[in-house]
Amino acid sequence: MPADYLWLIPLLPFAGFLINGTLGRRLPRALVSAVALIPTFLSACLWIWLWFTMKADGAPESVHSVATLFGNSWIAISGFHADFALTVGFLIHLYSVGYMAYEEGYWRFFAYLNLFMFFMLVLVLAANFLLLFVGWEGVGLASYLLIGFYFKKDSAANAGKKAFVVNRIGDFGFLLAMFLLIAHFGSLDFSTVFASIAAHPEWHGGPAFSLLHPDPNTFLTAIALLLVVGAAGKSAQIPLYVWLPDAMEGPTPVSALIHAATMVTAGIYMVARTHTIFDRSPYALGVVAIIGAATAIFAACIGMVQHDIKRVLAYSTVSQLGYMFLACGVGAYTAGIFHLLTHAFFKALLFLSAGSVIHALSGEQDMRLMGGLRKRIPVTFWTMTMGVFAISGIPPLAGFFSKDEILFRAFVSPNPIGKLLWLVGLVTAGMTSFYMFRLWFKTFFGAERFEEHHDAHGHGDHGHGGVHESPLVMTLPLMVLALLSIIGGWVGVPAALGGHDEIGAFLEPVLANGVQVTEVVSHSTELGLVAASVLVALLGLFIAYVLYYKKPGTAASYAQRFPALYRIFENKFYVDEIYQAVIVTPLLMFSRLILGGLIDGGLVNGSGYTAGASARGLGSLVRRVQSGNIRSYAGWLALGAAAVIAVMIFGHSLWMN
Amino acid sequence: MTVPISYYLVLAAILFSIGVASFLIKRNIITIFMSIELMLNAVNLTFVAFAHMWHQITGQIFVFFVMVVAAAEAAVGLAIIIAIFRTRQTLNVDQVNLLKN
Repeated sequence: MPADYLWLIPLLPFAGFLINGTLGRRLPRALVSAVALIPTFLSACLWIWLWFTMKADGAPESVHSVATLFGNSWIAISGFHADFALTVGFLIHLYSVGYMAYEEGYWRFFAYLNLFMFFMLVLVLAANFLLLFVGWEGVGLASYLLIGFYFKKDSAANAGKKAFVVNRIGDFGFLLAMFLLIAHFGSLDFSTVFASIAAHPEWHGGPAFSLLHPDPNTFLTAIALLLVVGAAGKSAQIPLYVWLPDAMEGPTPVSALIHAATMVTAGIYMVARTHTIFDRSPYALGVVAIIGAATAIFAACIGMVQHDIKRVLAYSTVSQLGYMFLACGVGAYTAGIFHLLTHAFFKALLFLSAGSVIHALSGEQDMRLMGGLRKRIPVTFWTMTMGVFAISGIPPLAGFFSKDEILFRAFVSPNPIGKLLWLVGLVTAGMTSFYMFRLWFKTFFGAERFEEHHDAHGHGDHGHGGVHESPLVMTLPLMVLALLSIIGGWVGVPAALGGHDEIGAFLEPVLANGVQVTEVVSHSTELGLVAASVLVALLGLFIAYVLYYKKPGTAASYAQRFPALYRIFENKFYVDEIYQAVIVTPLLMFSRLILGGLIDGGLVNGSGYTAGASARGLGSLVRRVQSGNIRSYAGWLALGAAAVIAVMIFGHSLWMN
Repeated sequence: MTVPISYYLVLAAILFSIGVASFLIKRNIITIFMSIELMLNAVNLTFVAFAHMWHQITGQIFVFFVMVVAAAEAAVGLAIIIAIFRTRQTLNVDQVNLLKN
């Protein structure tokens, strides 16, 4: 039974983690790379073998492993996620060999990376909420370790802490959701919970938080909303997105793997996976859709004016994650997962190419100090071009199909604000196209604004200065990902464009939902929507072309014409500052003054000090009695005896009165 | 005529107080030893007085016990005093302070 080997898939990277984590310091770099790469590769091979064997067996939907922990009634979606997690993960492992070649702590990096792979696979292969949560926390831990990889830098250490703390807020919601699930179902197993929901059609989740007439059947809404809190933390949605842009302090392969392709999509995966709960609660779905749309356009606004190449990509990731949330919110889970897949390909590609650019410029990340790199690093240029075109939604690349699917499903959804969601999505698509081409033009075209020799930066010890193309071990993953970014969307070509939507058919059995498409839309409408999104993407391209290639100065003059708006965008809507002022500072003040000063300093320390001081004072008084002079003892004895006698003789009459 | 009990008690109290006072004041070990004996005998006197007053034998028997213990104590105590004098060449208690500090 091939499914008996399922448990090996997560455990192989874990073995790599153990070996590298314990012995890595003493092993040569080549061996460390081998220990990290081979288990990942074996897992990927094992997965592909299992996949095809089970498909041949004809029953891919239900697999139970030895431990039944990874037993998976939803093999299609899990497997799907595991599939690209392994593919992208392996490619990024390979890329890291080149990228990290001159870094300190090489073994540590690969140990963490393998640890991440282990937890990510636990997360996607889990068959119950608890194991999902274990993986969920585990990837958070790996993410924290990798963001703070350059822990000697204060900003990196702080970014790691921020990611961890913000994620805890989301995890709190997830935990509460699990408690509610236990309270209502007595089980955390996916199949048990979903079967029990299916057996109770009277459970529905309206916006019924009425205190006057509490409806016991609406607890599903509470569970769904708490799950959304968890998903918003992990998938960097409003209001918990603030950690993701800061997470770019980590090494670039980490940004690509964890903070773009795999971990941050866990929230979307979780919503899709538990869609049985969400289907019953249109209210929660509406919340998901609104959060997604708001995040998408909000992050896109910020992304348009950033100067750090990785920050642009980070905000773009937040924005694209918002897209996926939007898809889930309108009940188009298939579209969400489809976009998740294509996004993993092109965003990993974009990050890795950006890493290659940074590598070429010896650590420079500011786009104002780039430009004209087209000829200098041609492989990176061409692969990144594929990524930029894919994310901007230019047909026939991957991003076009998935994004279009989301927009289409938003347009036809029965949600009363579906059209508005569609419009927001469309505008965001145009902005996405604009800032990606802005990045493209600023980096690869125009005048060369970089200096030839940087030595002070992180990559300073290369030994060969100047702009240089990355080694093959880095460009090979780029090429593979570029290819995937081109063809990745072809599995989901909609019928209106003469395709079969294979991914939709493939995921249909597990993601079929209760939210039906009521509006029957003709192919011509669908084609019109397609044309609209392509036009918007081209418009974004055109504006970026004019502003940053044709007349490079115009952008600055526009920025000067709307200084307030520009400043708000550039400062990321001051969200960090607002959080700092509204939450962090009061919390710190409360902790320092009330908890630290009053409770800890006053009460806890104070009681200790008082006890000590009183004992010491009493001791210093009583010490005088014990002079060591026998005659004084005898004197005290005699005095005491006299006192006792006096009380016995005269005290009686005193008490009586 | 009979002597009232209070006379005996006052005498015993005076004797006891003299014993206590000399115990506290004197530095010579032998004098201290004698003041202890004085206190014991003051107590003995009260025992005998009360025994006579209540016509009970118990108090007088107690006095014998006290005498026996005092004799034993005198034997051991005088031996110790002689040993101290032989080793330290002094009978001043304030100078016999090897165990202090």
